[in-house]
Amino acid sequence: MVSEKDVEHIGELADIGIDAAELATFTGQFNAIVEYFDVLDKVHGDDAGARDRYNILREDEAEPSLPREVALQNAGAQEDGFIKAPRVM
Amino acid sequence: MSALRFEPDDKYNAFLTVCKAPEGGNGKLSGIPVAVKDNISTQGIETTCASKILKGYIPPYDAHAVELVKAAGAAIAGKTNMDEFGMGTSTENSAFGPTLNPRDTGRVPGGSSGGSAAAVASGMVRMALGTDTGGSIRCPASFCGIVGLKPTYGRVSRYGLIAYANSLETIGPMAANVLDVSLLMSVIAGHDRHDATSQDRPYSHTPSADIKGTRIGIPQEYFGAGVDPAVAAVVKKAIGRLEELGAVTVPCSIPSMEYALAAYYVICTSEASSNLARFDGVRYGPAVEIKKSWHAAFQDARREGFGPEVRRRIMLGTFALSSGYYGKYYAKAQIARENIRKDFARLFADVDVLCGPTMPTIAFKLGEKSDPLSMYLSDILTVPVNLAGIPAISVPCGTVQDMPVGLQIMGRPFEDERVIDVAYAYEQGGQP
Repeated sequence: MVSEKDVEHIGELADIGIDAAELATFTGQFNAIVEYFDVLDKVHGDDAGARDRYNILREDEAEPSLPREVALQNAGAQEDGFIKAPRVM
Repeated sequence: MSALRFEPDDKYNAFLTVCKAPEGGNGKLSGIPVAVKDNISTQGIETTCASKILKGYIPPYDAHAVELVKAAGAAIAGKTNMDEFGMGTSTENSAFGPTLNPRDTGRVPGGSSGGSAAAVASGMVRMALGTDTGGSIRCPASFCGIVGLKPTYGRVSRYGLIAYANSLETIGPMAANVLDVSLLMSVIAGHDRHDATSQDRPYSHTPSADIKGTRIGIPQEYFGAGVDPAVAAVVKKAIGRLEELGAVTVPCSIPSMEYALAAYYVICTSEASSNLARFDGVRYGPAVEIKKSWHAAFQDARREGFGPEVRRRIMLGTFALSSGYYGKYYAKAQIARENIRKDFARLFADVDVLCGPTMPTIAFKLGEKSDPLSMYLSDILTVPVNLAGIPAISVPCGTVQDMPVGLQIMGRPFEDERVIDVAYAYEQGGQP
């Protein structure tokens, strides 16, 4: 059973911004879905095959990239050629 | 390069952006207007994923598939509506209003590539690009009565596809007939060094309607609980027609399907929770209030910018990956996924393709499925293919209550050609 407090905590971890008014609805839906997920308790086997798969990466060499002004064109706030972000600390 | 005129009468809200004078060139797709789903990057053309959080975003580069389509001479006709970030089965989860099904405007077109399907089904464009994470090309193809191919994972580059669930999703072709799907596939398939999962498997196939001796497995789960008997009957009749055309059918079973839907939703939401962390309102999308603290600004932007289904999936994924639950959900889902791959591999040792319905029902009414879990259950017949990474096509095979039904044909990895051939055989010889 997932409680409203759990959903509030998950919302905080995910930085999703939950309003108190939404908590009951989200919690109800969450419980129905998570209850459905419980079928996975019965799964047996191993995932060895999944662990054998790998990405094919290109050589780590510098290549032409976007010019600065193009890379910045979608940023909401900027200053002196940098993107401005809210303070972290 | 020459400019076309493209001014469709879009009664179905299929397009989010229309390019009124798109440039065409010379090549295999000379002068053909192609619509592109709005989660595929198009240089200089707004790309929103049908989300408020990307309103105004203009990609500085083209997705690899778009680059190839343009190089083949096609004109990008516009960007099509979808469920926000691809999360949905009806195109009702768009921040810019639902797309309507051209066959019955009281019904959904399916999703999440509903705009692409409606644009093709209504004749506004000849072909379109969609994306398929758990059925998002095949479902709307089925609901709107067109053809849609989910290619083998790795065959079409995902570079420039705005990621939702990387291990499951692929770009693929949609059109009114199998030959056009095959033509568009021949343009977009091939290796791309910008996608770490891309394979060097180009596609240059001329569809053949000769299916004599093709062995078709009929998984019992595709005709079991939850599948509308009227839909099942239409599909069985279509399979009977394939037998008359020379195919051999073999009953079979996919026992791991019992876990497929749960495994799919655990994996896709987990991947989404990580992928969508990039939408913080800093590098793109509506600007955040930079005077606030990081978390406060981030939470405000995401509360306002994401719709309810996207927020729900990000939270579900965060939950499935969180300490104490990882072993119960994510690790188990990976085992279930491996079991599904093994089941398909076992069946494909004996049969060439598997056939069943694409969707368990015909297109439902707008607003009919308001509860998220009931919407998820509609994906039961499409998600196994994505978990296994195999190719599958949906081809129209009849109607129920005057609404189209799709026949789904699934094949071995990198045998997209064979599913195309079986679909072509049905299309050419489907009506006795």
